[in-house]
Amino acid sequence: MAKVFMKGCEAIAESAVRAGCRFFAGYPITPQNEIPEYFARRLPEIGGTFVQGESEIASVNMIYGAAQTGTRVMSSSSSTGISLYSEGISFLASARIPAVIVNVARGGPGIGDIRPAQMDYLQATKASGNGGFRMIVYVPSTVQECVDMVYEAFDVAFRDENPVMILADGVLGTMMEPVVLPEMKSDAEVQSLKDAHRPKAIVGHPLAERALAHPGNIGEDHELRNKQAAAMYETWQTNSLRAEHFMDEDADILIASYGISARVSKAAIRDLRKEGYKVGLIRPLIASPFPYADYENINFDRVKGILDVEMSIPALMKWDVEHAVRGRTPIRECLRSGGNIMTKEKVLAEAHALIKEVLG
Amino acid sequence: MERNLICAGFGGQGVMMIGTLLAFGTCNSTDKHVTYFPSYGAEMRGGTANCYVSISDEEIGAPVVDMADDLIIMNQPSLVRFLPKLKPGGNLFLNTSLVDPDVSRPDIRVIEAPVTEMAMDMGNAKILNIIMLGVYVGFTDILDKKVLLDAMNVKLGKRPDLLPLNYEAFEKGYSIGAAAKKDNP
Repeated sequence: MAKVFMKGCEAIAESAVRAGCRFFAGYPITPQNEIPEYFARRLPEIGGTFVQGESEIASVNMIYGAAQTGTRVMSSSSSTGISLYSEGISFLASARIPAVIVNVARGGPGIGDIRPAQMDYLQATKASGNGGFRMIVYVPSTVQECVDMVYEAFDVAFRDENPVMILADGVLGTMMEPVVLPEMKSDAEVQSLKDAHRPKAIVGHPLAERALAHPGNIGEDHELRNKQAAAMYETWQTNSLRAEHFMDEDADILIASYGISARVSKAAIRDLRKEGYKVGLIRPLIASPFPYADYENINFDRVKGILDVEMSIPALMKWDVEHAVRGRTPIRECLRSGGNIMTKEKVLAEAHALIKEVLG
Repeated sequence: MERNLICAGFGGQGVMMIGTLLAFGTCNSTDKHVTYFPSYGAEMRGGTANCYVSISDEEIGAPVVDMADDLIIMNQPSLVRFLPKLKPGGNLFLNTSLVDPDVSRPDIRVIEAPVTEMAMDMGNAKILNIIMLGVYVGFTDILDKKVLLDAMNVKLGKRPDLLPLNYEAFEKGYSIGAAAKKDNP
């Protein structure tokens, strides 16, 4: 397959189109504007619909509506915009509506900074809205992974009848690198995917039991619906735990990181290996559900320390790492924020400090 | 082997296009890994603009580097900000129309080109970036000349009437870069 040189945001949009996405609604915010811009040009070419909503709240509710026809839908925003999606995402999860939502994260809290950050980890993985629902959250670290994960996310959203999030960041959204794009689903395939969902779609039906959405008060069935959702979340323990292990077979120091920071960490690990230090990486490809089980396979007699590398102050993924490690080895932090992108030099410095502390 | 470039100036100088053409050309003509990362303020023109290009035989870790092998500087504030990020032994490409060439770093090579004035002499102030791209490629031989011309055909193809001027600008810069290379073996 030929590689093309693409910006992360545009690659995300093209991958969605190829996966059969035919409806996009969103509201502008830096650094993800190239996603709606791309859809605005691309969707009309293939009979899809692009809407620039009048707000984030309108946009997320538009995908809520469009998805109920069985159409594959996407919306994207960034950090403070995603906060405005919270109610809508919770409603998607409540009504068990498949949708893919992209967060090209920037600095926070509040309006924060238009530059890249990884400060939405807990929001994305633990509580993207009220009501205790769960959502699969992909955390890509290259433009190629953005493409592959977006393509897969639509299938997963329909498999689970649940929203799925792609948590990227401003570096991945705005950087360009070579990618191999997935196959374009044919019009017939896209139609058959939609038709397969038609018995549950609202189109042609009154809002009744057959409808996918159960808006408003779900009454006596409420607890049952919660139990059904909880049972579905359990299936992720067998079908959606995914982590990458890099040079960790003999490692006595591990770096725990994700997304863009993990990619920078890998470069640091290659340097540390050349210096003779046995350092490895463990990173989630899916951050919700978090791959806790991978930490159970760590030999804590050998691993003397873990360095948590994130573009967030305070550390956020560290909560999951602590939960996984349960005190069996010390965890130290390597953090940046305020628009400062993690560098190899920073990771090297913090890794050396940890090595000195635990290995002497 | 990884080679990193930081290219910096103000919005409107075409700084991003220099990086885009280099990275796009690398993607199309080699099997190397390449990343391009743009960074700019909120302004379309006049604000700060810089981009990072990394080209490597291995998977690229950080698309943004602390220390670069090559630095293209299009205006004085960018020199102040980015000169400390140039590695010892690195190459500094200076737009001497707007930047004082006395940079007081004996440990680097300085390649001078008054690209703002050259562009105005050629009748189009906007092509300063393409001249500088030529200087960079002429000095570093990082890519074949033809690869860049092909990249320009794609990325600057919306104005085919301006392509001959862009080729000419590239060649002018290339000669300066190639000559500087002879003086700085």
